[in-house]
Amino acid sequence: METLVKVENLIHKYDNKIVLDIEEFELNRGEVLALVGSNGAGKSTFLRILNLLEKPSQGKVQIFGIFPTDYKQKHILRRRMAMVFQEPLLFKSSVYYNVSYGLKIRKKNKNSIKSKVLEALKKLEISHLINRQAGTLSGGEAQRVSLARALVLEPEILLLDEPFVALDQPTREELRDDLYKIIRRMNQTTLHVTHDRNEALVIADNVAVINEGSILQKGKTENVFNKPINEFVANFLGVETILYGKITSKRDGLCIVNINNQKLEVVSDLEKGENVIACIRPENVTLFKYSLKTPLSSARNSFVATIKDISSYGLVYRVVMDCGFNLTSFITRESLERLNLKIGEKIIASIKATSIHLLSRK
Amino acid sequence: MDIFIEGIKQAIQLLAELNREIFLITWRSLLISGPSVLISLLIGMPIGVILGLAKFPGRKLLLSLVYTGMGFPPTVVGLFVALLLWRSGPLGYLSLLYSPTAMIIAQVIIATPIVAGLILAAMQQLDPKLKLQSLSLGANRWQLLWTLIKEARITSLAAIMAAFGGVISEVGSAMIVGGNIKGKTRILTTAIVLFTRMGKFEKAIAVSIILLFLSFLANFALTYIQQRDRIYWKH
Repeated sequence: METLVKVENLIHKYDNKIVLDIEEFELNRGEVLALVGSNGAGKSTFLRILNLLEKPSQGKVQIFGIFPTDYKQKHILRRRMAMVFQEPLLFKSSVYYNVSYGLKIRKKNKNSIKSKVLEALKKLEISHLINRQAGTLSGGEAQRVSLARALVLEPEILLLDEPFVALDQPTREELRDDLYKIIRRMNQTTLHVTHDRNEALVIADNVAVINEGSILQKGKTENVFNKPINEFVANFLGVETILYGKITSKRDGLCIVNINNQKLEVVSDLEKGENVIACIRPENVTLFKYSLKTPLSSARNSFVATIKDISSYGLVYRVVMDCGFNLTSFITRESLERLNLKIGEKIIASIKATSIHLLSRK
Repeated sequence: MDIFIEGIKQAIQLLAELNREIFLITWRSLLISGPSVLISLLIGMPIGVILGLAKFPGRKLLLSLVYTGMGFPPTVVGLFVALLLWRSGPLGYLSLLYSPTAMIIAQVIIATPIVAGLILAAMQQLDPKLKLQSLSLGANRWQLLWTLIKEARITSLAAIMAAFGGVISEVGSAMIVGGNIKGKTRILTTAIVLFTRMGKFEKAIAVSIILLFLSFLANFALTYIQQRDRIYWKH
């Protein structure tokens, strides 16, 4: 797989304060990578450095196999990438002018510019806006124009700096879905920065988690979400239940973890006697009515729990239970009604041994 | 009051007759002010953009110099240019004193800080990320400069109007370095001074009408362009 971006020992400072400290980072051709982190983690700064808009204080940034040193090299490399910022940043002119801008400054032929612009507008379903002045567009329309302006350049790398953050939820989801259909179809190499872990889950093949300027974990989305490398990553990626315990025995790859005198059976490579952190995603906790003595699942872990709290969490409900330790589950409204859950009532919570992730606590 | 009314009547007659002397004075004014404005824009705009957007040591000092330059008395500028171009001065060997070139030099010195000052103010009002977006879309330095000036076109056009106004109506430095020589360096403003001193009020008034008309015409055209694209932004 061709590596388009390679970063080594990158350190960047503002006023002598380290804002980025990245040992290594790679982006390969065709990869869609989401870089997730909270506000102030260094995501946007990192993107600007990769787009050669800012020079790092230290370290090497290799783009398309080249370590750019002078203005001319950076300019040439930048023309092979395109970046979309959080705000649309449109020029004070028509939609056509905005989308054609990059092609005009590359001195493309007029007819070629026209056909490419029309094609880009069609892809983003904004052909009807072609002659509109940029200042009269809604937020969603303006961001579509901004994306069209980048995609029309057929960049080898597309850098997206939280492009949907300023949009309302329905607009955000619609635009995100439309954009990613295009990205998948074009096999577009994309680095998408976001603070929204759910967005990362939906869009990306691979995910990197950044905190305080350092990349903590990078890998396939499913792996990172289900097997976070430390407590911070677990927390950030929505692992609602994080428990401290110790492996008291192990047999055939199955560990018995003692947590507050409760036993958890977990499939893990860790060894007997190790102090561990057990990460349980709320989606992996199944609930059953307490009246059923035997749960209808193959899960090794079943607990009688008392419901402590039920709260709305978007399209699902968040149920917090006490089963000797705090456990959180997400269930649908339908399940909530079917189970007729109420605070204070007993419930059976069930978790598969393969759904719990153990981290060594050193 | 009679002088005034009589002067206006005769001035209108001179203009209707397309008086040759007045026509040549007008043409010479445009030949001198036109290049002056152009050169001051070519120098002042990049300076304004750099000072408005870049950070570097000494920036505050340069800013102060630009702002001071915006208020330079034209007569003082004329004096310094004259000293430079004087026969015994450092550039005396060029023999430029009392020539249209000397007047252009003086007018450029007057107009450039005005252009730079207005453009830098315009740049500081732009979203700082617009520069990054333009670079990210592949603009080189000159394309970036042009893009940002276009984005701040309302103020950029105001800068052009201010520069033109500053040079077409300037008399102090024109008199000192030009000498108001008939057929060579006499322009609209110096001609008004001369005709008034000589009591030829009809000619002074005629030239004043032309000067006012030229000023109005230039500003009208630029204002039309400036306001034509004004859109009330949603966001």
